[in-house]
Amino acid sequence: MAKQAEKKNLELPAELERYYRDMLFIRHFEEKCNMAYRQGKAGGYMHVYIGMEALAVGWMHTIRKGHDYVITAYRDHAHALLLGTDPVAVMAEIMGRKAGTAGGKGGSMHIYDPKHGMYGGWGIVGGHIPLGAGLAFASRYRGDDRVTLNFLGDGAANQGVVYETLNMAALYSLPCIFIIENNEFAMGTRLEYHASDPELWKRGLPFNIKCERIDGMDVLQMKKDAERIVDWVRKEGKPYLVEIMTYRFSGHGAADNDRQLYRTKEEELENLKRDPIKKLEQVLIDRNIANEEKLEAIDAEIQEAVDKIYAEADASPFPDVDEVYDNIYSDMTPEKGH
Amino acid sequence: MSLTLEMSYRDALQKSMLEEMDKNADVFLMGEDIGRYEGTFKVTKGLFPKYGHRRVIDTPITEAGFAGIATGAAMAGLRPIVEFMTMSFSILALDQIINHTAKIHYMTNGEVKCPIVFRGPGGAAKQLSAQHSHSMEGWFAHVPGLKVVAPATPADIYGMLKTAVADDNPVILYENPGLYTIKGTVPDDPNYHVPFGKAQILREGKDISLIGYSRMTHINLAAAELLAKDGIDAEVVDVRSLLPLDAETIYKSVRKTHRAVVVYEDWRSGGFGAEIAARIGEDCFDDLDAPVARVGGLNVPMPYARVLELECIPDEKDVVAAVHKQR
Repeated sequence: MAKQAEKKNLELPAELERYYRDMLFIRHFEEKCNMAYRQGKAGGYMHVYIGMEALAVGWMHTIRKGHDYVITAYRDHAHALLLGTDPVAVMAEIMGRKAGTAGGKGGSMHIYDPKHGMYGGWGIVGGHIPLGAGLAFASRYRGDDRVTLNFLGDGAANQGVVYETLNMAALYSLPCIFIIENNEFAMGTRLEYHASDPELWKRGLPFNIKCERIDGMDVLQMKKDAERIVDWVRKEGKPYLVEIMTYRFSGHGAADNDRQLYRTKEEELENLKRDPIKKLEQVLIDRNIANEEKLEAIDAEIQEAVDKIYAEADASPFPDVDEVYDNIYSDMTPEKGH
Repeated sequence: MSLTLEMSYRDALQKSMLEEMDKNADVFLMGEDIGRYEGTFKVTKGLFPKYGHRRVIDTPITEAGFAGIATGAAMAGLRPIVEFMTMSFSILALDQIINHTAKIHYMTNGEVKCPIVFRGPGGAAKQLSAQHSHSMEGWFAHVPGLKVVAPATPADIYGMLKTAVADDNPVILYENPGLYTIKGTVPDDPNYHVPFGKAQILREGKDISLIGYSRMTHINLAAAELLAKDGIDAEVVDVRSLLPLDAETIYKSVRKTHRAVVVYEDWRSGGFGAEIAARIGEDCFDDLDAPVARVGGLNVPMPYARVLELECIPDEKDVVAAVHKQR
C-alpha cells in the first residue's frame, strides 16, 4: 500500500489539471445538453455522462487518439469529446443541425468521428459489441498494433450477442478491451434485478478472457488501471474484460424524470460523495496545485467555453430538406417519394 | 472476342470469389463450416487450402456475432464476404444487418463506409421443411441502405459477386439451392462485372411479360416454352437486382405486351413480387389489358413431405395457369 501511495504522487501537476478540466468540461457540456433538451432544442433520446466522467477520461488519456479504435453505446458524448471531436459539431449533432458530426442525421445517440477513432454512438443495447470486435479483427487481420476500446453498459452485459462476441474475440485473439461501464442500472432496473450474478467481471471467465472489476470514480486510479490493461492488450494481442464500478448522477436519459421510481434520494446523496470531480479537487488542493480561487476560475472558464459552444451550435442552420436522401448509399438513392 | 467457359452456378461463384481474393488482400471469407468443411453447399471448396484460416474463417454457429464482427471489419476498411449456411439463418443476424450494417453510412452521413457482402442460399432446397426454407430477399429489399441482388445464371452470379465485392455498400447476394448445379456459359474474364440495377430480357415475346428473379427465372423460361405450344409468345424478364430495381426495363416490357405475371418463391402475401406488381400497377395502368397477376409461394410454413413441399413452391404449371386465367 505504501508503495502505491508513493507512486500515486508521481502525476505531474499539469496532468492532474488536465484531467480536472476534462472532467469538468464533460460535466458542464452534459448539463448544457440537459438544458437544451428541456428547452426543446434537443429531442429524441439523450443520455448524459454526469457522474461517470473519470471513467472515459482515464481511458481516453491512455490510448493513442486517432490510432486506436473506440466504440460505445448511446451515452457517447464524452467519448467523442475526449478523443478530440469538435465540441461544436457534437453539440450541433445533438441539436439536429447540419454542422453536426453526422449532419443532423444521427443525433445524441449516434456521434461518429472516425478520423479521431470514434466509431459511434450506437442505439441497440449490446448491438455494437460485435462491431467493436470487428474493428479489432481488422487490426488482427492487418497485423497493426491498434487496440479497440469496446464500451458497454451493465444492462448490455446480458445480451446474447455479447457472449457470441466474447467467444470469438478469444477464439480469434482480438486486441479488444470490453469495458463494462457498470453504473448499477439498466435504465431503471437495478443491477441485482437484472443480473443473476451482479459481479459482471466474471463474464470473461468462461471464455478464458482476462477480467477484473475496478473502481471508476477515481480518475487517477482509473488512468493507472487503463494504462496497465491497454499496454497488456497491445503487447499480447488478446482481449480483456473489465467491469468498472461507476454511478450516473443523472437519470438514464433526458426523458427519465422520476429517478425515485428506482432509487432513493438518500442513495443518490450517498453516491454524490463519490463524485470524481470533487475527489480530484481535493487532490489538487492537498498537493497545492490549486486553491479554491483557482478552481473557481477554471470552472468559470469552462462554463463560458461551453456557453460559447452551445451558442455557436444553436446559431447554425438545420439540414436542408433535400438532404434527406443523401448518404443512404455511397453511390445511389432508393426509390423516392411517399 | 472474349472466350467463355461452360460451368455450373456453384463453380462460377467459387471462381469469382477466388479471383477477388487474389486481386485484393482485403477480401476475406467468413461463415459456418466454409473452410475445413468446404461449405454445406460446397461453394467454398478449395478456398481454405489456398488461403488458409486467416482469410477463410470458420466461425462458431453464432450468426449475429459473426455478421457483426464482419461489419466492424468492413467499417475499418476490409471487404468481407459472409456466407450464411442458409439465408434462413440470417434471421438470427437481422439486428446486425438491418439495425447496424444498413444504417452505418446514413447515420455517419457518409463518414464510414461498409463494404460487405452477405451471401447464401435462400428458398426451398429439398425437404428441409419449415425452418430452413425461407425466402429472405423481400425482407432485405425492404431496407434502405442494403443492396439486394438475386442472379439466376452462372454468368450473372460470377459477375454480380465481383460487383458486390467492389461495392462500398452492404450487398445481399441471394442464391437459391436449386441453382447451384445449373450450367451456363461464363465469360473467361476475371474483370467481368454485371452492374446492379439492370434487369435483362432472357426471352423476347409480345403477348405477356413473365417477371421474376433467381430460380423463378428458370421456371418462367420453362413456362414460356409451354405457352409457346399454346401459341402464346411470352417475354421473360429476369429482374436480377431487387434493390436497386430496374423498373424501366420491366415497364418497357409491360408496355409492349400489355400483360404481366410476377413470379416469386417467397410467400405470396407481402413478398417482393407484390412490390413489383404494385409498381407496375402504379406506373403502367393505362398500358395494361388485364390486372397484374402474382404467382407466389403458398402462404404456408414449408412442410416436409415432398408432395406438400412441391405444392407450396411455384412451378411452370402455376405460371401457365396464371397466364391463362388472365386471358
